[in-house]
Amino acid sequence: MNHSIENDTAQHKARVISAVLTAPELAEIDHEISHAPYRSAVAIDALKIVQKHHRWVSDESLCGLADYLDMSSAELEGIATFYSLIYRKPVGEKVISLCNSVTCWIKGYAQLEKHISQHLSVGLGETTTDDRYTFLPTPCLGACDRAPVMMVGEETYLDLTEEKINRILETKGGEKE
Amino acid sequence: MISTLPLTQNINAARDPVSFEAYKANHGYEAVRRAIHQMSPADCLKVIQDSGLRGRGGAGFPTGMKWSFVPMTNDSKSVQDSKSVQDSEGHKYLICNADEMEPGTFKDRLLMECDPHQLIEGMILSAWTIQADVAYIFIRHEYHLASKLLQQAIDTCYQKGYLGKDILGSGFNLEIYVHSSAGRYICGEETALISSLEGKRANPRAKPPFPQVSGLWGRPTIVNNVETLCNITHIIRNGAEWYKTLGIGQDHGTKLFGVSGRVNNPGCWELPMGTPIRELIEQHAGGMQDGYKLKGFLPGGASTDFLVEEHLDLAMDYDVIGKAGSRLGTGTMIILDDKTCPVGMTKNLVEFFAQESCGFCTPCRDGLPWSAQVLDDLETGNGIPADLNTLKNQVRFIGAMGNTHCALAPGAMEPLASAMKYFADDFKAHVDSKACPYDQQQSSSKNDSLSTSAGGS
Repeated sequence: MNHSIENDTAQHKARVISAVLTAPELAEIDHEISHAPYRSAVAIDALKIVQKHHRWVSDESLCGLADYLDMSSAELEGIATFYSLIYRKPVGEKVISLCNSVTCWIKGYAQLEKHISQHLSVGLGETTTDDRYTFLPTPCLGACDRAPVMMVGEETYLDLTEEKINRILETKGGEKE
Repeated sequence: MISTLPLTQNINAARDPVSFEAYKANHGYEAVRRAIHQMSPADCLKVIQDSGLRGRGGAGFPTGMKWSFVPMTNDSKSVQDSKSVQDSEGHKYLICNADEMEPGTFKDRLLMECDPHQLIEGMILSAWTIQADVAYIFIRHEYHLASKLLQQAIDTCYQKGYLGKDILGSGFNLEIYVHSSAGRYICGEETALISSLEGKRANPRAKPPFPQVSGLWGRPTIVNNVETLCNITHIIRNGAEWYKTLGIGQDHGTKLFGVSGRVNNPGCWELPMGTPIRELIEQHAGGMQDGYKLKGFLPGGASTDFLVEEHLDLAMDYDVIGKAGSRLGTGTMIILDDKTCPVGMTKNLVEFFAQESCGFCTPCRDGLPWSAQVLDDLETGNGIPADLNTLKNQVRFIGAMGNTHCALAPGAMEPLASAMKYFADDFKAHVDSKACPYDQQQSSSKNDSLSTSAGGS
């Protein structure tokens, strides 16, 4: 009797997982699991893998992932919401991360924040209507000698001025300088 | 001729990454070869202890002492035959803390983006010393280039036999993994980092047990900063006596020091320990920009106490800066100029710490947002005289070590306490005039500098 309940549960889990996690995602997650002592140890890596494929982590992905890692969805949600770079809401094609820490603040963060908001018609935490950019503040990016600093996607931009920001955001998705 | 600035000896002005071949041509990996063939783990530990190296992540704890608490099995045997004595009962771990997130700090990025093999060699030597068989580089997500270059350096080392099984025929095994983080400043705290590496929320842990005994997955673990591990390479390569000749003050060796803010030439330089602060700010960083005067500075990142002009001739040594009431911290200084509001700057710092609190301990989770709110009231002209007492009480309650698991909250109070001491008139002026006296001049000067294209492309 017990055996069949376990079987049913396993089959149900497998259906849920395959409905939300794609084969490439599962392959990458399995690679992480291969050198971890237990499955839930890769929770953060797995969340990042899902996010890499979908830009964010939806409720469905999170629940499927929790099943796959043998942990409760509540526990995984606690981890996902702890980390600032796991997005639990949809984001645009590129995230603009404008540094608001101390040196960038001294060098004019507030004015640049206002400028980007006006230029793109978005506030902090919002996504442009064309879905190109989500605008977020970020703590220190470790380039304070070239402040003010921001990242657009994976690219870091230094010595920012309003004109420079206009040029960066007008090129599609912020290509390399 | 051995370089007197070893950490940056391979790095050129354009900051091109150093290749494996170029690194090896300048004595790279010789220390690994010598250590694992001729030196026992105990020999290596002795050299590190004798060198007097202190942790470069901010706390300045003696590295050799930290490592000496790692349990070593069969150590007497290893002294005799200098063979690997990796623990047959389970793993030991070495973790490189590359989660550089202390606001105002930009030194580890330079070391990783320019000379990744220097770090990898330091990690192999450190792992040999504590007989760790698995190592992680815990790197912040935003450092994409550094992650990529480190992974390439690791891949090369596997191909060349410096990593993997039976390294250089010694029987010593070492795997290195790059773990890219998912954000949060608290991950830089070593026990929080371990929690995060285990896939959990990055809550710091109570000590004891210390990580050296019970760290990652309950096993002996050493966590060291990037710059500390880079130093290991040169100490094992050239010896403790040579290393001691590098410092010009009380502490030994060299360190990366940086300056950011309104100076003429902000940047990061390798200088002997004990170099006077004045030399760093006035010569290397070129002094203050025209129209700005130095009002104060944070000597080593956001969680260090403000110092002022009278401290400029102090030597950049851990104990000297400690006696002056601050901390050398990461050695990257943030300059407060006379046109920037000290209350506003302190508010920015305290807001950062309030946001980055992991939320586990009440004084930190509830106290820091309260402090930030009071500072915001002062800045927006809503301050009352009693607010200054409130802040002083918070410094006393939140700043005391022992009320919280980790040092985040006490660290947050360091700039606040010192700002209230050195810039008391500014705090009072915010209350008396019901406004920020800097608002007018600040907005006009900033408009000028940011709307010209002074920064180039």
